[in-house]
Amino acid sequence: MPRSEQTLDEIMNLASAHFKVPREKLTPDEDFFKTLRIDSLQALDLLTKLENHFHVELPDYELQGVSDFRTLAGRIQSRL
Amino acid sequence: MKEFQGKSLSWELRDGVLELALHREPCNEIGSVTLEDLEKFATALQTVEGEAHAAIIYSSLKCGFSAGADLRELYRRSHEMDGKSAVEGVREFLERTHRVMNIIDGASLTTIAAVHGVTFGGGFELALVCDLIIADKMARFCFPELRLGLIPGFGGIPRLKRDLGNAVVRDLLLTGRSFNATKAQQIGLVSQVVGEGESLRAARATAAQLKKFDRQTAMTAKQFIKPIPYDDLKMEIDLFCELYMQPAVEEGLRKFVESSDAQPYLP
Repeated sequence: MPRSEQTLDEIMNLASAHFKVPREKLTPDEDFFKTLRIDSLQALDLLTKLENHFHVELPDYELQGVSDFRTLAGRIQSRL
Repeated sequence: MKEFQGKSLSWELRDGVLELALHREPCNEIGSVTLEDLEKFATALQTVEGEAHAAIIYSSLKCGFSAGADLRELYRRSHEMDGKSAVEGVREFLERTHRVMNIIDGASLTTIAAVHGVTFGGGFELALVCDLIIADKMARFCFPELRLGLIPGFGGIPRLKRDLGNAVVRDLLLTGRSFNATKAQQIGLVSQVVGEGESLRAARATAAQLKKFDRQTAMTAKQFIKPIPYDDLKMEIDLFCELYMQPAVEEGLRKFVESSDAQPYLP
């Protein structure tokens, strides 16, 4: 699996576990605010989880407008 | 008072440690109700001096330590009152808040903030008055006030200037970005980062260690290394009130309060 795909997969696994949403309900390009049913504070919780997992620092302003896992994976990949 | 059960918080004196639990839904927003309870806590902090060596402030809510000032209440003030009365009301609220914060900052007990989750704005400022901050690795810190056309008003800027390097302070305030506990420890804000759900346990262990030392010596050390920046604190209130009169603030608050967007806390 290419590294970017692996990052995407890990993000979706983490989101699924953290918000207790079945993994099969999550898709890379859908709006995760809707599929996870989360608000902005919960999104920041996910950001913290991802930063801890990937050992990166991701300023939240870089996530402005990001609402799908694929774009999110790209932003994280650029910091790895 | 050795124990108290209020609308927004409760406390209990146990084994020489005064433990304050914040519990106002949805996420410990600090408005007039919380301030009244915090004023009672500040009095208790002074009256238990002889019986306690440490105080711990934590949140019993899952969302985090505190999302900051109650912006809905702040908006109501700006919306319902004429400009002059609204600013006078805000100044009075800030002065009362500063009195409480200064009492906690200078308390003769060693104070510990045990934080997790959202630790934003006024909540961040409440943590900053404590001598030690112990953070769960899921804690997240932020000063989002600039997004509303304001600056922090509960003593955040003077205390950040006191405690951290100026470059970090500028980054936090001017970008309004949030950062995690690991980063907070790297910049010297947090003294310990612990696992999820472990911050209160770690704070209690630290409080037990503090009991071994002479209180007077600890207080002397604290006064030496943690002076209260009174002049800057006063200036902060003046600047906040000046900004609060700007039309952009009411608009910023209105957007936040009326937002049905899922992302009002994102920049």
